[in-house]
Amino acid sequence: MRVTDRLSHGLDAPICLTWELTYGCNLACVHCLSSSGKRDPRELTTSELFAVVDELAAMQVFYVNIGGGEPTLRPDFWELLDYCVARKVGVKFSTNGSRITPSIAQRLAATDYVDVQISIDGADAATNDAIRGPGSFDVAVTAMQHLTDAGFENFKVSVVVTRDNVAQLDGFLALTARYGAQLRLTRLRPSGRGADVWDTLHVTADQQQTLYRWLLDHPRVLTGDSFFHLSALGEPLPGLNLCGAGRVVCLIDPIGDVYACPFVLHDQFKAGTVRDAGGFTKVWRESVLFTELREPGSAGACASCGSYDACRGGCMAAKFFTGIPLDGPDPECVHGHGEAALLAAAGSRPASQPGHSHSAAGKGRPVPVSIGRRPA
Amino acid sequence: MTRYALHPQVGLREEKFGALAYHYGNRRLTFLNDDRLVAVIRTVEQYDDIDAALAAVGVVAEQRPAFYRALERLREAEVLICE
Repeated sequence: MRVTDRLSHGLDAPICLTWELTYGCNLACVHCLSSSGKRDPRELTTSELFAVVDELAAMQVFYVNIGGGEPTLRPDFWELLDYCVARKVGVKFSTNGSRITPSIAQRLAATDYVDVQISIDGADAATNDAIRGPGSFDVAVTAMQHLTDAGFENFKVSVVVTRDNVAQLDGFLALTARYGAQLRLTRLRPSGRGADVWDTLHVTADQQQTLYRWLLDHPRVLTGDSFFHLSALGEPLPGLNLCGAGRVVCLIDPIGDVYACPFVLHDQFKAGTVRDAGGFTKVWRESVLFTELREPGSAGACASCGSYDACRGGCMAAKFFTGIPLDGPDPECVHGHGEAALLAAAGSRPASQPGHSHSAAGKGRPVPVSIGRRPA
Repeated sequence: MTRYALHPQVGLREEKFGALAYHYGNRRLTFLNDDRLVAVIRTVEQYDDIDAALAAVGVVAEQRPAFYRALERLREAEVLICE
């Protein structure tokens, strides 16, 4: 059996998982997949966080991707980092950079077990700040400078690729090179507030072709397997090229609920909670949802397409939040099957769930991109 | 003769397909999809030479070139260190 087949049947422990510590955030990015804004009073306590780390260490999860919200807003964030490192659970955390002071940067540079990922969404302030808010580009670049000054090598700079920044890929590479950092590109999903801007910000078909060739030319650029749907264009992109949801990845949210992946924060994809008896381990190994996801899937509408083996029907979250059936084509299918599916799905997009969409910080703020109808 | 050892910053996790190797320094994940290769990696530093380590897990002479290449790739990926 090929490794990717084994992986699609699931592992006893995730390869990596995303852990969103808080939905509190000092930014209100227009595409935030967790609709972050305010902290939830039900967030896991410090001792509950530590208990999860103990489980991850016992399961030999090598590292966690910590995010949010802005995870450093939790007062116990640095304590949690130390706790993870002491148990050999590596941490990569995503941040907008606002808390990366020179002294924090020095502390972070001192351990191999911690990696930092700074988010930007434009290679210049104007492009970035239209998505992430005024001043956010300068904040991120200042954090990069602090990390570089502290001798932190090869930290990550993460970009959600959009219609407005896809022309700046070389610019992102030049920017990250200046700080000795590594570029990571991910796909815009119609999740959380991303649903509100997806129609106008997701890359066009022509841009997808350019992006695919650029990724093939730059194999060192990280993607978190984000763009495996583009592998249907020909040669597979570097990476596993499979949807890992519930199979090799999952997400723990701020109140301990476990979802199949970071992009499907919806009850339909909730597997359980770390607060129940048996904890995270039981959810990962025994939940009904994850068991189902590990069974062989049907190719559905894509069965007759010669590219199914390459793209496996694309991203579950992208389909779900655009109203396309889960066995239908990806809305950004490179063979154009997404357009018809989107038309057929018109009006059936699931509403975002206010239970995990604490977007109060974004309320009343103008959304700095135009939102209109998708061109016919 | 080349002597190998598991890199001190690498963690190994047994899996049904073999094992996962994660390097905490370069943060790279490597898939090891052969049980004998995993066994060799775990034990190689106990042997004076690589052939003794391969023989101990039942890799016969004609299968060894493929294992030499795999071990060299793992050295390049810093899963193994060369003494």
